[in-house]
Amino acid sequence: MAAPIVAATGIHKHFGALHVLKNVDLLVAERELVFVIGPSGSGKSTLLRCLNRLEEPSGGSIIVDGIDMLARSTDINKARQRIGMVFQQFNLYPHMTALGNVMLALRKVQGKDKTEAEARARAALARVDLADRAEHFPGQLSGGQQQRVAIARAIALEPRVMLFDEPTSALDPELVGGVLQAMRELRESGMTMVVVSHEMAFARAAADRVVFMADGQVVEQGPPASVFGNPQHERTRAFIGQIERH
Amino acid sequence: MQDFLNAFFSLDIISQAWPILLQGFWVTLWLSALVIPLGLISGTVLALLSTVRSRWVAWPLWAWVDFFRAIPPLVLLVFIYAGLPFAGFEVSAVGAVALGFFLNTGAYYGEILRAGIESVPRGQLEAARSTGLTRWQAMQHVILPQAVRNVLPDLISNTLEVVKLTSIASVVALPELLFQARQAQSVTYNASPIMAAAIIYFILLWPVVRLLSRLENRQLAARR
Repeated sequence: MAAPIVAATGIHKHFGALHVLKNVDLLVAERELVFVIGPSGSGKSTLLRCLNRLEEPSGGSIIVDGIDMLARSTDINKARQRIGMVFQQFNLYPHMTALGNVMLALRKVQGKDKTEAEARARAALARVDLADRAEHFPGQLSGGQQQRVAIARAIALEPRVMLFDEPTSALDPELVGGVLQAMRELRESGMTMVVVSHEMAFARAAADRVVFMADGQVVEQGPPASVFGNPQHERTRAFIGQIERH
Repeated sequence: MQDFLNAFFSLDIISQAWPILLQGFWVTLWLSALVIPLGLISGTVLALLSTVRSRWVAWPLWAWVDFFRAIPPLVLLVFIYAGLPFAGFEVSAVGAVALGFFLNTGAYYGEILRAGIESVPRGQLEAARSTGLTRWQAMQHVILPQAVRNVLPDLISNTLEVVKLTSIASVVALPELLFQARQAQSVTYNASPIMAAAIIYFILLWPVVRLLSRLENRQLAARR
């Protein structure tokens, strides 16, 4: 593996008495798509949220694109622009149009003037196939469209890594396809992606590597064909069996 | 009946008192224009402080807000105006009113805005922060606009109370509407100027009350 663009090593996270991440390592190479799966409560979302420090790890080290995310001297707001994040509940700003949602950080964080920010925002919306919805408010869009706006909001900042936290879990089944299509195109453009999700078919088709977590630890990882087709650990087998029965 | 009308709605007396009532109306108006923004500024600062998760901020804040909400505003005003000079601070009547409202009204606006901020889902702040916005930028552009919208009826309600509460400025001899009306009453031995003042208050505030119910109905409809 070439020098990883994401190197999280020895990550611990405690919530009070709860030890939700126990010495977890996650290395991601540039242009790699890593899928993180596991039962609920396994710590996979927490791990993802530690990577951009939405969650403060209790211990360990996180280097993203050469930046030590946990160092006191690191400007976290600057570092976060390199790490796009997409949430289960979309979290679009309901009082702004789709365009406004995408433009906000371009204007306020990257300090672009209005014309340039708008051009970039419209280009990002076009990439998720929503150029014609720029003036709509989130409430006027379907869940799938909202999630694609959320993807546009993240990629407009030209991040080096994209984090997806169960991006399709809150969607009606018929709306999942559009979001996965946007993710597939992002993948084809060479984006490094870490995805927490239960979309197994998508993982099989698109992931370079699948990481299985349980009880706050990485149990097993490897190419999708081997993790899904020939799991080595009992926990993995049980989990995959359960998922596939659905 | 005639006696009643003469005692409460004597047009003759109202027209005599009209010029000083009008003066009082203007004082009430500019007092409101002074104390409402002061209260909102103080309230916004208090609400923002309430999001700081440090007990060194939370406890003094809690004591401050509780104290100024519990103490009767009239007592507060008298204390500021008559008491502060003993501590070596001379305050003008207007200064005392401004300070009193800043403390009292600010505490109320602060609690309303705090509830508004807490009504905004946590994911909003996380999404904003994940794009690199600072805590303050996220508050300014993402959280506060939604918070204000969510509690707009309460903010307007409180503002109505504030306008009416400006009448306590009469205790420091500021000639606001009610003060002028009572002056006219004591000169004429007739309650008509008070009734006239009430009607002026009503005309001033009724459009706001209407706006408030429309907003409340709209929010109810949106929730369904």
